[in-house]
Amino acid sequence: MSDPVGIVVVSHSRALGRAAADLAWEVTGDADVPVAVAAGLDETTMGTDAAAIATAIVQVDRGAGVVVLMDLGSAVLSAETALDLLDEVGADPATRGRTLLCPGPLVEGLVVAAATASTGADRHRVSADAAAALGPKRTHLGESWDE
Amino acid sequence: MGGLRVAETVDSAALGRWLRAFADEVSEHADELTALDSAIGDADHGANMRRGMAAVVAKLDGAPDAGPAALLKSAGMTLVSTVGGASGPLYGTLFLRMATAAGDREEFDAAGFAAALRAGLDGVVARGKAAPGDKTMLDALVPAVDALDAALSDGAGLRDALRAAATAADEGSDATVPLVARKGRASYLGERSAGHRDPGATSTALLVNTAAATLG
Repeated sequence: MSDPVGIVVVSHSRALGRAAADLAWEVTGDADVPVAVAAGLDETTMGTDAAAIATAIVQVDRGAGVVVLMDLGSAVLSAETALDLLDEVGADPATRGRTLLCPGPLVEGLVVAAATASTGADRHRVSADAAAALGPKRTHLGESWDE
Repeated sequence: MGGLRVAETVDSAALGRWLRAFADEVSEHADELTALDSAIGDADHGANMRRGMAAVVAKLDGAPDAGPAALLKSAGMTLVSTVGGASGPLYGTLFLRMATAAGDREEFDAAGFAAALRAGLDGVVARGKAAPGDKTMLDALVPAVDALDAALSDGAGLRDALRAAATAADEGSDATVPLVARKGRASYLGERSAGHRDPGATSTALLVNTAAATLG
């Protein structure tokens, strides 16, 4: 199997980021999917740090690329800014071109991304599946969510 | 008017004075910025900007001889890592783009400074994907940069042009009060975001006012 796609978890909360990563590791089984967390400014201060996200992207890029899952607001802007900072953290020049910022929901998307990555799928598949991660819940709940 | 005190260039010392003055103003107005943010956002803008600008000042203290590009880049990198909220990547991008515009020059002339600020503005627009009228920092920054360019084109000196920019930023910030937010956390409130001044436009007005007070 080729090298797995790396996954970066971006959240305002370090506790939330770590717990979400723990959930993801539950589904990867024995597969070696690299997951890095860039969440919070420190253990307790909420916020996102673009340089830390750039470093996390470098950590998990083994050549197959990286899919970044993020919560909301500044997490999105910081993830985009991180792509501009990859040079600053010594990234392979090819890393930016193989890093995808995924619009999927953080928790559901992360679990799906990890599961998909563990099968050896490429980054486009991992990101697309994660972006569609609300589908099963939406289908299960049917029309009831809009009542 | 300004006589011998007027400087038509902006060097590292001037940039340092500007950033320190902005840090002081942000700190002084932190509670006010947070109060504005608690009305329509997540009540952290003042504290976030105070933390970020304090970190910028600490970096300035540690690298007193940095050239304009290095100084602006350090400020930008520090803000993207320490502010925490959306203002981090937005203000950070502003300074990082200004750093790129500075290149290897030792100082900006008036037109060069205005061009760098324009490059910073373009970076904020690209990052935030907002437009004037969305009730964001752009509602202060766009009129400020436009006023700076217009005044310099009319032959004004840097100091007077920056004063015109500061007035435009204040007016732009004031004009956010009735707007309905279309970007950021405040946009979740829809019509209820009207009637409150935008915190990002308010801090941007402080940025431009401190430029007018310290540069030129």
